[in-house]
Amino acid sequence: MSLTPPKSDWYKPAEGAEKLWIGIALVWCFVMSLMMPYWHFKGKQNSQGEAYAVTAQAFQERTDQFVEDNQVGEYNGVPLVAPAPGSDVYLVAQMWSWYPVLQLQQGETYRLHVSSVDLQHGFSLQPMNMNFQIMPGYDHVLTITPTTTGEFTIVCNEFCGIGHDRMIGKIFVE
Amino acid sequence: MSSSSTSSAGLTGSDSESRSCHTTGLNVCLTAQRFIKLNAVAAVVFLLLGGVAAILLALTRWQAIHLLPVDWFYRILTFHGLNMLIFWILFFEVAILYFASTTPLNSKLFSRKVAWVSFGMMLVGAIMVNVVILQGKADVMLTSYLPLLAHPAFYLGIILVAVGTLVAVFNFFATLYIAKRDKTYEGSVPLVTFGATAAAIIAVVTLLHGAIVMIPTFTYSLGWTAEPDPMWYRMIWWGLGHQSQQVNVTAMVAVWYLIGHLATGARPVNETVCRGAFVLYILFINLASAHHLLVDPGVGSAWKIWNTSYAMYLAVLASMIHAFTVPASVEVAMREKGHNKGIFGWVTALPWRNPALSAVVLSLLIFGFVGGITGVTLGTQQINIIAHNTLRIPGHFHATVVGGTTLAFMGLAYYVIPLMFKRNFIGRKWAMIQPWLFGGGILLVSIGKSFAGSMGVARRTWDIEPAGIYGSAAHMFLGVMGIGAIIAVASLFIFVGLCVGTILFGKRIKEGEAMADWGTAQPVGDAKEGSLEHDHWSMKGTIVLTAVFLLCFAVYYFANWKALADVWPVR
Ligand code: HEM
Ligand SMILES: [Cu+2]
Ligand SMILES: [Cu+2]
Repeated sequence: MSLTPPKSDWYKPAEGAEKLWIGIALVWCFVMSLMMPYWHFKGKQNSQGEAYAVTAQAFQERTDQFVEDNQVGEYNGVPLVAPAPGSDVYLVAQMWSWYPVLQLQQGETYRLHVSSVDLQHGFSLQPMNMNFQIMPGYDHVLTITPTTTGEFTIVCNEFCGIGHDRMIGKIFVE
Repeated sequence: MSSSSTSSAGLTGSDSESRSCHTTGLNVCLTAQRFIKLNAVAAVVFLLLGGVAAILLALTRWQAIHLLPVDWFYRILTFHGLNMLIFWILFFEVAILYFASTTPLNSKLFSRKVAWVSFGMMLVGAIMVNVVILQGKADVMLTSYLPLLAHPAFYLGIILVAVGTLVAVFNFFATLYIAKRDKTYEGSVPLVTFGATAAAIIAVVTLLHGAIVMIPTFTYSLGWTAEPDPMWYRMIWWGLGHQSQQVNVTAMVAVWYLIGHLATGARPVNETVCRGAFVLYILFINLASAHHLLVDPGVGSAWKIWNTSYAMYLAVLASMIHAFTVPASVEVAMREKGHNKGIFGWVTALPWRNPALSAVVLSLLIFGFVGGITGVTLGTQQINIIAHNTLRIPGHFHATVVGGTTLAFMGLAYYVIPLMFKRNFIGRKWAMIQPWLFGGGILLVSIGKSFAGSMGVARRTWDIEPAGIYGSAAHMFLGVMGIGAIIAVASLFIFVGLCVGTILFGKRIKEGEAMADWGTAQPVGDAKEGSLEHDHWSMKGTIVLTAVFLLCFAVYYFANWKALADVWPVR
């Protein structure tokens, strides 16, 4: 009974179906634990959390320099930037915009640095539905390889104040 | 808050008085009874507030209706999270702790004064928080991630609630101690008390995390100290936020065992296994705060993977064990009562008119099949990339802490109120359907959110149109969530109405009378308790149930790896 003290000899090992289930469940937990290290080495999608301490000002300066060096046009009044394959790419999250707009090439790999100059933001790349946390003070490096072409939208998915739902950015892949 | 004169003995407040309960035959400490009542009533009031907020939120996120203006959406979201996840749950858990440490042990509550201090702190803190939020001075969400900053009273209120709860937990442990010292019971504590103890131990660790993170944030908000690092904040905050969910799971499982026993006379098939599973919770949950940081910067893969699997999966193992032992205990009890037809004959013979029983059955199914499976999958290090901060996350936890814990606690209330207030429930027909409406509604809420989230719809977002990318399917699932919300919140109002109505107008249970029976399983034929004690394969229905469960789990789990493999490579 669950409400009264158990019989004094309550200690006994699991038997029968119960024992079998514990065994199966343990194996399943083990399989799930192994999937992650397996994917870490064999899978292509991993969040390694590579990050460097950075001040808002320094990150803004690096981004401005990056835009100056690689700007190819404008999109809705925001600089459109086409960095060289394999290079370092900078993206600033701030209330309530993503700066600048990026133009990447399919199949190439980029080191995408994302940081915030104010609050926490969420980097949510749609329609891929890839999501990363963006923190002030942390230069979060995502080494990405766009494998599909088209227009991609960055939605902010961490609450960042009243304009949060309007914090929309763009990445074009060709 | 009660006008009941039956509680007058309790109101004299002597620590030494008790009465005998004529339903269970157990002794009830009157001081404990009073604080169980106070905390349960406060809990239900916060549940009501959170419910009003819930419907406003759901009808705003349902884009076709889009009810609230932007500032009020975030305000009410903050309000909902705190009133539901913190106030409703904590007040109710304190009531459970007071119950579990007194009545089953035949003991008195350690201290009336300490209980008052706890209740006072928690109530003042909760009111402070609510006032500050509604004044618009704390639009920071439940998590209040730095550098977002709220009015200092917001943090102070949370600290008061946390410390008040710690004080109650202290009272619980002190009660266990005096019960042991005075030998009010023999042998080991009953399983329900054991489960509650596990919950209380985790609660201590949890609430200490809360203090560690909230105190420097509070002093920062006053301008006395420097800003804590936001990443440090996230790490410690989730030591509070995640582990408190384990408190909820543990308390919920204890309630499953309790109601299973009350409604069908179930007893654990194997005490050692049930208790062992509770111990696993205590040992292996502490590091699971990691799975809120799986796509964060500054924490590396090794740390993320280790803390996800090492700590989490042994806690998952514990839940999977309970997922077997709880239905198995009920099944064996039913079969021993002679309900032996086929594999699931015992299910149809369950006393379904008992709302506590249906609440617990639905709680177990929703928690296991929806909440548990999604939780483990979304909390997998790499899979989190395609789920973090989308509506999939609230979709998951509305199946755990709402469809699971809240529904189980509602079921318990169908016993707590008659036993503590000594009044029989009004509207018993309504009570019968209430858990079904709530369970069904919340299932739709969870499914709607989960699918919308897998289409990329973000959580905590007032309007999805500015993104200009969500199609009709995403909108349809937000509608599913909205319809589910209407049903669930209607059921929540029915529940609160029945509770309050019963406390005020329910028919008194006279001295020496048992509470009106909700429905208990009755024996048929030549049934004999304990007849299956040595048959370790008699729980055939449970075996089928858990096999189906594992299959669903594996399919969902690997389908998500497949979905992950389809997105851009990232390191
Ligand atoms: C009664 C039915 C309920 C409905 C219809 C409901 C609905 C919702 C909705 C629509 C959201 C907003 C999701 C978003 O936009 O991100 C939400 C958030 C939330 N709900 Fe509920 N809810 C209900 C009950 C509960 C209960 C009982 C709890 C806890 C015990 C709870 C805990 C939460 C939490 C923690 C959040 C997240 C707050 C945040 O993001 O800061 N809900 N709910
Ligand atoms: Cu943002
Ligand atoms: Cu945002």
